[in-house]
Amino acid sequence: MLGGLILLFIIGPLIGMFASTSPAELFEASTDKEVQLSIWLTLFTSMGGTLVFSLAAIPFAYLLARKKFAFKWLVSGIIDLPIVIPHTAAGIALLGVISRGTFAGRMASSIGIDFVGHPAGIALAMAFVSIPFLINAARDGFHNIPEKLEKAALNLGASPTRVFFTISLPLAWRNILSGLILMFARGMSEFGAVVIIAYYPMTAPVLIYERFGSYGLNYAQPVAVLFITVSLLFFIFLRSFSKNADHADN
Amino acid sequence: MPTMLIIDKLNKSWPGFALQDISFDVNSGDYFVLLGKSGSGKTALLEIIAGITQADSGRIILNGHNIANQKIQNRNIGMVFQELALFPHMSVKDNLAYSLKNKNIPSAEIHDRVMEIARKFKIFHLLKRKPAKLSGGELQRTALARTLIRVPDILLLDEPLSSLDIELKREVRALLKLINKEGTTIIHVTHHYEEAIILANKIAVLNNGKLIQSGNTKDVFHHPASKFVANFTGVKNYFRSKFSQKEDKQIYIATINNEIEIYTTQKPLANEGFIIIRCEDITISLIQTNSSAVNQFEGSITEISHLPHYYEVTVDIGVQLTISLSEKSVLKLQLTLNKKVWVSFKATAVRII
Repeated sequence: MLGGLILLFIIGPLIGMFASTSPAELFEASTDKEVQLSIWLTLFTSMGGTLVFSLAAIPFAYLLARKKFAFKWLVSGIIDLPIVIPHTAAGIALLGVISRGTFAGRMASSIGIDFVGHPAGIALAMAFVSIPFLINAARDGFHNIPEKLEKAALNLGASPTRVFFTISLPLAWRNILSGLILMFARGMSEFGAVVIIAYYPMTAPVLIYERFGSYGLNYAQPVAVLFITVSLLFFIFLRSFSKNADHADN
Repeated sequence: MPTMLIIDKLNKSWPGFALQDISFDVNSGDYFVLLGKSGSGKTALLEIIAGITQADSGRIILNGHNIANQKIQNRNIGMVFQELALFPHMSVKDNLAYSLKNKNIPSAEIHDRVMEIARKFKIFHLLKRKPAKLSGGELQRTALARTLIRVPDILLLDEPLSSLDIELKREVRALLKLINKEGTTIIHVTHHYEEAIILANKIAVLNNGKLIQSGNTKDVFHHPASKFVANFTGVKNYFRSKFSQKEDKQIYIATINNEIEIYTTQKPLANEGFIIIRCEDITISLIQTNSSAVNQFEGSITEISHLPHYYEVTVDIGVQLTISLSEKSVLKLQLTLNKKVWVSFKATAVRII
């Protein structure tokens, strides 16, 4: 009963929104160039941010799972910070580091990237708030691998790098994939940090906010429905991909 | 046989436990059993030899070179873990090939060597399977084959028989004997003295991080250096025997050295094996008695040892049989060296291992 209420709490508003959006409105939104661009931009920047940051986040998660070092508890706490701080505040903090006047901003500028108002800045903001999901999932995945397997591989003459790529990474893959999907999905839905770094070009959550603010609920709803549908389709596709990977393992 | 491995004054400490001043030698071709209770440090010692754990001090000399500071992947020491540690995401074939791929060996040669070892260890039909689909014996054979395919200088085995049932134990023991007979030097860690009796030509006893005694199996079992070793090794009367069945089918015969026949009620699982008779299950008398003991032999006393709480008397009945008895019994029977006596024990006291 309680569970049913909770489910209704989650799904009720969504169903209500889908029900109050006519097919004609949805069609109109889907053919709107601005809407299309914003959805593509959202998918592309979140995917890009996830992939680029995973290159460092996954080995870092391995270190957290396997190595003992001073102040490890503090490092683990810092990783979770983006989850607990308000995301607009996170955006302000990030802007303080990457805006044109800062050292990092000038460095990026020298290679032709201005983070503020640029897809790279959006990807950065999305990654900032969503990276804990990947690191935590990957760390759990690595932690669950019996250390004896890695020791056995070393004993069989493999270098530590080869052990990582042939034993640790494949065995933690389910968790890592799950973390990648979560990071990607969380990045896509980010509004607060993104809107501070880049109002333009507009990601889908920013566009929905802009349509709501300028034209009202009726104009924002079809875009929201379309974005949710695309997000869900992507999420289902990635989840089924991860399930197939599970079956292949078994 | 030349000395292959020298462990010299090895020390390693952890919070609450330490391996202290461990020294022993292993010759090429030895089957060396490291005997110790749980928590005695025997697995830790094995991991130090393999390079998984770094010692605080001491030398590990393998074929003349000190490898104590060498990286684990550069030591040619094969180790089979108690948990076997087969890679669950790889097929048996990929598990076998793993160490060869680390050496950049051409794929045609890897294929040939995998096929060869798979045939030898009777896992050829399992090559495409994942470890999760293998039985206990198949897992054990695969783990051994994976370690031996790279031809290690020495093979380390951590409790290799502990998780197997009696039938599988026999099968794996035979396989280990064969591997050793073919020239592989083995260090085998266990807490079962029976495994030492059956497999080892040399043993070392470890207790609470210290090496109490090491030497030939017979010497250690027959001349324990301390009460701990005596209690732990536990048995002195163990004999290789051939088994046959008596006509009444309730009793089996264990023949030692093709001449001494000992009756047992335990059904043997193979034609050959070891029997053990506990010292306290044997009685001595001056004349043959009419008792329930079906095993009765005449012999002469070759040794009388006065231990803190009892005596140990060794009687030659064709083989040396050790009997423990009280001082009162020794005095009553006036036992002296070379005196002729009768020894007797029941068929139920003879255990096949």
